[in-house]
Amino acid sequence: MKKLLALVAVLAMALAICTACGDDNKTGGNADNQQGSGNKTITIGIYEPASGENGPGGKQEVLGVKYAHSLQPTVEINGETYDIKLQEVDNQSDTTKAVSAAQNLVAANVSVVLGSYGSGVAIAGGPYFEQAQIPAIGISCTNPQVTEGNDYYFRVCFLDPFQGTVMANFAKDEMKAETAFVITQLGDDYSAGLGTYFKQAFEGLGGTVLEAQFQTGETDFNAILTNVLNSDADVIFAPSSIQTAPLLIQQARQMGITMPILAGDTWENESIITNAGQYATEVYLSTFFDENDTSNPAASEFVTGFKAWLNADPQNLTNNGGGDGVAAVSALAFDAYNVAIEAIKSANSTVGADIRNALPGVDYTGVTGSITFNETGDANKDMAYVKTIDVENGNFKFLKTQSVGE
Amino acid sequence: MAKDNEKIIQQNMLKPDGLNPKVKYSIAAVLLALLLLGIWWLEQILPPSSIIFTVLKKGAIYSLIAVSLNLLNGFTGLFSLGQAGFMLIGAYTYAVLTIPPESRAAVYMYYDGGIIDFALPVPVAMLLAGCLAGLCGFLIGLPVLRLKSDYLAIATLGFAEIIRAIVQYDKLGPITNASNLLRSFPVFRSTLFPFIVAGLCIAVICLLINSSYGRAFKAIRDDEIAAEAMGINLFAHKEMALVTSAFFAGIGGALLAMFQMMVQARAFTSAMTYEILLIVVIGGIGSITGSIIASFLFIACSEWWLRFLDEVQIINGFQLPFMRSGFRMVVFSIIIMFVVLFYRKGIMGTKEFSIDGIYKFFRRLFTGEGKKPKEQKGGGAA
Amino acid sequence: MDNLSYYIQQLLTGVSVGGQYALIAIGYTMVYGILRLINFAHGDIFMAAGFFMVYASASLPLYISIPLVLLLTVILGVSVERIAYKPLRQAPRMSIMISAIGVSYLLQNFATYYTGGLPRSYPTIPFISEIITIGTVTTSWITLLTPVLTLALVIGLVALIKYTKMGMAMRAVSKDFETAQLMGIKINNIISITFIIGSFLAGVGSILFFTKYPTVLPTIGAMPGLKAFVAAVFGGIGSIPGAVVGAFVIGICENIIKAMGYTTFSDAFTFVLLILVLIVRPSGLFGEKSTEKV
Repeated sequence: MKKLLALVAVLAMALAICTACGDDNKTGGNADNQQGSGNKTITIGIYEPASGENGPGGKQEVLGVKYAHSLQPTVEINGETYDIKLQEVDNQSDTTKAVSAAQNLVAANVSVVLGSYGSGVAIAGGPYFEQAQIPAIGISCTNPQVTEGNDYYFRVCFLDPFQGTVMANFAKDEMKAETAFVITQLGDDYSAGLGTYFKQAFEGLGGTVLEAQFQTGETDFNAILTNVLNSDADVIFAPSSIQTAPLLIQQARQMGITMPILAGDTWENESIITNAGQYATEVYLSTFFDENDTSNPAASEFVTGFKAWLNADPQNLTNNGGGDGVAAVSALAFDAYNVAIEAIKSANSTVGADIRNALPGVDYTGVTGSITFNETGDANKDMAYVKTIDVENGNFKFLKTQSVGE
Repeated sequence: MAKDNEKIIQQNMLKPDGLNPKVKYSIAAVLLALLLLGIWWLEQILPPSSIIFTVLKKGAIYSLIAVSLNLLNGFTGLFSLGQAGFMLIGAYTYAVLTIPPESRAAVYMYYDGGIIDFALPVPVAMLLAGCLAGLCGFLIGLPVLRLKSDYLAIATLGFAEIIRAIVQYDKLGPITNASNLLRSFPVFRSTLFPFIVAGLCIAVICLLINSSYGRAFKAIRDDEIAAEAMGINLFAHKEMALVTSAFFAGIGGALLAMFQMMVQARAFTSAMTYEILLIVVIGGIGSITGSIIASFLFIACSEWWLRFLDEVQIINGFQLPFMRSGFRMVVFSIIIMFVVLFYRKGIMGTKEFSIDGIYKFFRRLFTGEGKKPKEQKGGGAA
Repeated sequence: MDNLSYYIQQLLTGVSVGGQYALIAIGYTMVYGILRLINFAHGDIFMAAGFFMVYASASLPLYISIPLVLLLTVILGVSVERIAYKPLRQAPRMSIMISAIGVSYLLQNFATYYTGGLPRSYPTIPFISEIITIGTVTTSWITLLTPVLTLALVIGLVALIKYTKMGMAMRAVSKDFETAQLMGIKINNIISITFIIGSFLAGVGSILFFTKYPTVLPTIGAMPGLKAFVAAVFGGIGSIPGAVVGAFVIGICENIIKAMGYTTFSDAFTFVLLILVLIVRPSGLFGEKSTEKV
């Protein structure tokens, strides 16, 4: 019984402390105007991995948002100028850590959330944003489950069923593959989802699919790759994280596997080229944007400006993976930020629910093409860019655009 | 040692200067009511997104789990590192059994909606979560409890990993969704819920510890051979401690799943057990209130108070060194090492925080009398 | 590819993985033999060695950075012992184990902080990462070199323990801590030497491991560490040949399981093996039976 009393006393004390601190938390919240400019502020949350297996990708998306923010640091609401404050949290590419990161964003009273790289963390954080009535704009999370059944999640990229089909078509038409070996990561929604859609599409085209899975944090793919070597596969499809990619590529080539390796949008990261080095031959991937595509004037303007901005700060260059190549996710992040601004403008409000209601009406032409949302909150996009790794120059080479002919 | 315990128990029974039990109960009831009222009031005045509620909810859940681990490590002297496995079972049992049938198609998208097409009410599922975890504890205990100290630790840790692998096995996908997320199950909104559930569970653990079984546990901890000589059935009592601990860890896991609104097996690694173990160590091995205080402190620090360490701070144009992402955890682990090395007893040692204690403290303070010989030294008794 | 070379390829991979585990397992088994402590931080020392190499090779040529890395790893291992384990020598075993877990937590968090949590790419060491084709089997030199180097180091170590005075002292300490002290053996020196050897081998292991899997992460040490420990238990804790045999068994079995498509169970298998060994033959393959003293 005494323990019970003890418990009660302790909880009461903890509560007292919390109450005391809680009050000033409230006053330090949203409506502060102690900024230097004297303007009111509106906070945009950045929900991205800065560490973990997708850290490099998250950093590139943050760069895109920051660049957009540097161009447009204020927004007009009801005739008043609001400073936009960016609130960054690190979801560590981990669904459990993501929950606490999402809660921190919610507690920071953000009006809109941008992110995340990696569908798993977006799915994990989604319910919190929905519950707090904060709209979230996914940048490159391609799994359908991110927006499905979540009224507050939107996204500016294409979806995995589309991407899987694109790569299946590519494998079938360009690579003349009959059998594909699909290697996916267990427990990763992005990887498992994309693998499944690729399989469906590829089998629909009359191909055969062999499968293997690996665990999160796996470094040794030799066993799987030996099986690949021993099968009659013509091509490997391995949608996976940035961390996995170089290991897989290198081990495959060291084992004498020369067949093409296909993957999804996550592999468009320069750290993969750096880490895989000379082995990164015959690697093909689909992505959202190409920096050398000059058909869109907004895009070329973005590419020039972004490169100059990157080169101005060595820290930015480091975060971009060392070079000044423009990643598709940075371009998408740039668009996502501007879509958020458009929505805030048309909602004329800092309240999340109002902005959410304004989002379906947004029609924005960005650097990755025009962005409008369908009723699930997905952008209507129907074009993917297929790229390959150019080992000699250490960058990604654009091959072709591909859309899905129904 | 066992004899010492006997003496202490007698002392506690006599308690010459303790409070009248009736007074104590009423103080407890009042405090309990005040606490719940306080939380209710907080929920009225603060926006639900406030970080306080996150801390309170998670703190309450971690308290329960830490106390359940303390029952093993602190009170029975079984060094177990399997808590994450039991939590996993609890969380999955709860989630699998309560996802409403209409959401199953979306959740089990790779397994055609799974093979379960019913949803149990929340309390039933939580109870089952605990029971299944307890059953696993029982089965694991059969081979493992013969082992001693560090072998026991590594074997329980191994079992937790095995459980994790089984849950992720894709042939079990229609039930467990293999290694994919489970979500869309009912969750709690009010902070009162985890407080009440965790409070009740901890109360039950306290009752157990203060029963004759609890005294047997402590006897085993202090000297196994002597305890056996006294006629305590070692295996039965160890098994009982393990099952109880697993049961409550299972319920804790279910609460954690509700709190996170999703559950995924890959999160329940040994790192999670280590975290809980460190909470127990900070609080004091063998002190229930210590574990509770440490849980709230740990969660508050990691979710809230130390968050500023992760952000680049600029004061008067001068950027403070070291402060960037990840620094919080470094500071945190240094604090933990400090506690482990120099303050081995933790916050509470094996003592408890109690109304009696406060009462005596104040009486001593005001009257300068009541110097009692060291009380409750023999363990977390009380 | 015919069946035979398929099996050879799988076996080669398994043996190579086993060799890497063996080098880590020796550190565990020696420390356990002497201090009766599961050095949970050992896997993280292995991880730290990986990061040392990443940073050292960025500015130094390989022939300097490799010895430097080994030296730094040894210094780290010994200082962990001095700071975190030595003060607790008289404390209950649970405390010192918790301290080991604390050190592991600290090292991982510090590495996360220092590196920004991003995977770092390990430098390529020329020659040993080159590809080699024998008959129909293609592999890299490192795969062949690992088991050979491991065996050479182990034979050297066993000779050291068997035939030198220091080795005799080590055996004495592991037999009976207190008596050894009474006989004039400087316990602390022996313990330091144990940590030096253990960390040195972990350093060598890390070079081999990361040359093969060239991505270093703060959390990468945990799993190989645990598996190496299981290998040590399997072989009989305190026995060096036992740890090596155990490591090869685990490496090969794990690879077979992965090749059969049961990736989910590749880690779990290690622990099943552990529990079976503990139940059936707690002293391991080569361990000596010890009686419980009251």
